[in-house]
Amino acid sequence: MSTTGESPVPSLTVERSSMRHLADAQVGVELDTGDMILNLGPQHPATHGTLRIVVRLDGERVVSADPVIGYMHRGYEKLTEFRTYPQVTTLINRIDWLSSFANEVPFMTAAEQLMAIEAPPRAVYIRTVLTELSRIATFLLFLGEMGLQVGALTPAFYGFRDREYVLNLIEAATGGRFHPNFNRIGGLKDDLPWGWIAECRSTMKVVLDACDDFEDLVLGNEIFEARTQGIGIIPASVGAGYGVSGSNLRASGVDWDLRRDRPYLAYPEVDFQVWTHPDGDSYSRYWVRLQETREAARIVLQCLDQIPSGPIMAKVPRIIKVPEGEVWVETENPLGQMGYYVISKGATGPFRVKIRSASFSNVSTLPWLLRGVYVPDVITILASLYFILGDIDR
Amino acid sequence: MADEPGPEVTEAPPAPDPDHETMLAALRAGLGDDAVLEHADAFGDLVVRVAPAAWRGAATVTQRDLSCDYLSFIAGIDWEPAAREGDEAGGDTSAPVQPTERSYGAAGSAGRFQVFAHVESTSRPRGLTLKTDVDEDAPSVASWVSVYPGADWHERECWEMFGIAFDGHPSLRHLYLPSEFEGHPLRKDFPLLARVVKPWPGLVDVEAMPGDDAPAEPAATAEEPS
Repeated sequence: MSTTGESPVPSLTVERSSMRHLADAQVGVELDTGDMILNLGPQHPATHGTLRIVVRLDGERVVSADPVIGYMHRGYEKLTEFRTYPQVTTLINRIDWLSSFANEVPFMTAAEQLMAIEAPPRAVYIRTVLTELSRIATFLLFLGEMGLQVGALTPAFYGFRDREYVLNLIEAATGGRFHPNFNRIGGLKDDLPWGWIAECRSTMKVVLDACDDFEDLVLGNEIFEARTQGIGIIPASVGAGYGVSGSNLRASGVDWDLRRDRPYLAYPEVDFQVWTHPDGDSYSRYWVRLQETREAARIVLQCLDQIPSGPIMAKVPRIIKVPEGEVWVETENPLGQMGYYVISKGATGPFRVKIRSASFSNVSTLPWLLRGVYVPDVITILASLYFILGDIDR
Repeated sequence: MADEPGPEVTEAPPAPDPDHETMLAALRAGLGDDAVLEHADAFGDLVVRVAPAAWRGAATVTQRDLSCDYLSFIAGIDWEPAAREGDEAGGDTSAPVQPTERSYGAAGSAGRFQVFAHVESTSRPRGLTLKTDVDEDAPSVASWVSVYPGADWHERECWEMFGIAFDGHPSLRHLYLPSEFEGHPLRKDFPLLARVVKPWPGLVDVEAMPGDDAPAEPAATAEEPS
């Protein structure tokens, strides 16, 4: 660097008066800059589909956020009124498409309760196993993808690879990777194929190993912690008021799990722990889901040990007419609590079905949750809430 | 399935849940006896119909006195019988045939429209469904947003799907549908537009099932594809 006294510095020759506004701009802390509107989505990869969030920014900070949904609204509540009960199964498979089997269970239970039919024990156990397998498949994808959203590519490969083992199991039993359509009113379409139980046992070992991998790979990572700890905090009271449920609410310290507190399927007969985390931030949501993946694998292993033999279908009439009445059934699905309020008028199809999907309520917190956070954190918060667009829009 | 032990013994009628009595007593104490119109037990779930004027008060009571801090959903019901085939309202030949006379579900109703909601407690196994009647000519009830913030989106959905307004809601805008959309799709007189445009193609293929006495008649009514 050559410094000579002779070289003129141009800026010094400018008159002070013309510099004044620049000086003010640098010194004045509060700038009168307009807020910027940023459209996040509907095609942003972090939105997992077609969620659009209109965020108003002040610098890097979010002033307000307004999610715009409905890009994938398919009107399932209307369509159910034009279908028979067995046909509705096909529709509700597509609500949360990552855990379709778990979607079917509450609707089938609702129809069975109205008809006073009970699925045989073997069917109940197989339903439990497949529900938990859906949970594992959903969460393995989350565990990988969440890493991806903070810039770590490797966990995504792990997540997709290990999920494939579980999807293969679901496909072997039901015939469909994503849309099993396997539940029937009163039981299941088929029994498990030969050798499936042994295969499932060995896959659960893979899943448990995968959870250890994620724990080593992601949870201890300094960058991951910096991007998620203390970010996107949902206090328990706020979360409950918004109807946040499932792992998201348990990550806020609420010890509430329908599998334990309002037992259904075979859950009363298996031993499992409900995990909670006191922090309520993005990190704890990841942590809780990791523990729940392990717990789901343990539930599957226990169910496989206890699975009874016997029929898989109860005696049901060939043409299913559901007696008049109304019933509310909700279950603890991978994304949170999913429920169906089914009103029947004694016909072959439902009169009205209210579908309560978990992601809808989880995402409805976003206007509250995103206020004041920085733009990059919007992405990690969205990822940690873990929603499926079909589950929001229905 | 042959070794199934015949029809199973149906369970005894369940004893009235003591917690239901607690919840009803709290609602009566908080709202007044006149405001709690009817109640029913729908498969273990308590359904309470409250007077429209007490709708927001019911939310306050369930949240404050019954520790039901969790809002599951708010939605509407249209009890009008579904449009029949050939109706001007666009009856659908493929839809399951529903009764033609109007009847009401658990805890009754005073008219065509109702709003119902389900709330639960995160600290104890407790939950209940609340219903209230909505005037058909001026469909409007009080908003729950000030009690349960999550009511925001549920009420927006109910407003656009049923045309029921919510007094005190901060911004009743369309949630799912485009803002220029007209009509209220979940009302029973709103036809399923896809079927108006094109009849259900599956009708052509309906065959009589073995054991059916009468031949399937819908096949005759469906248009033959040319």
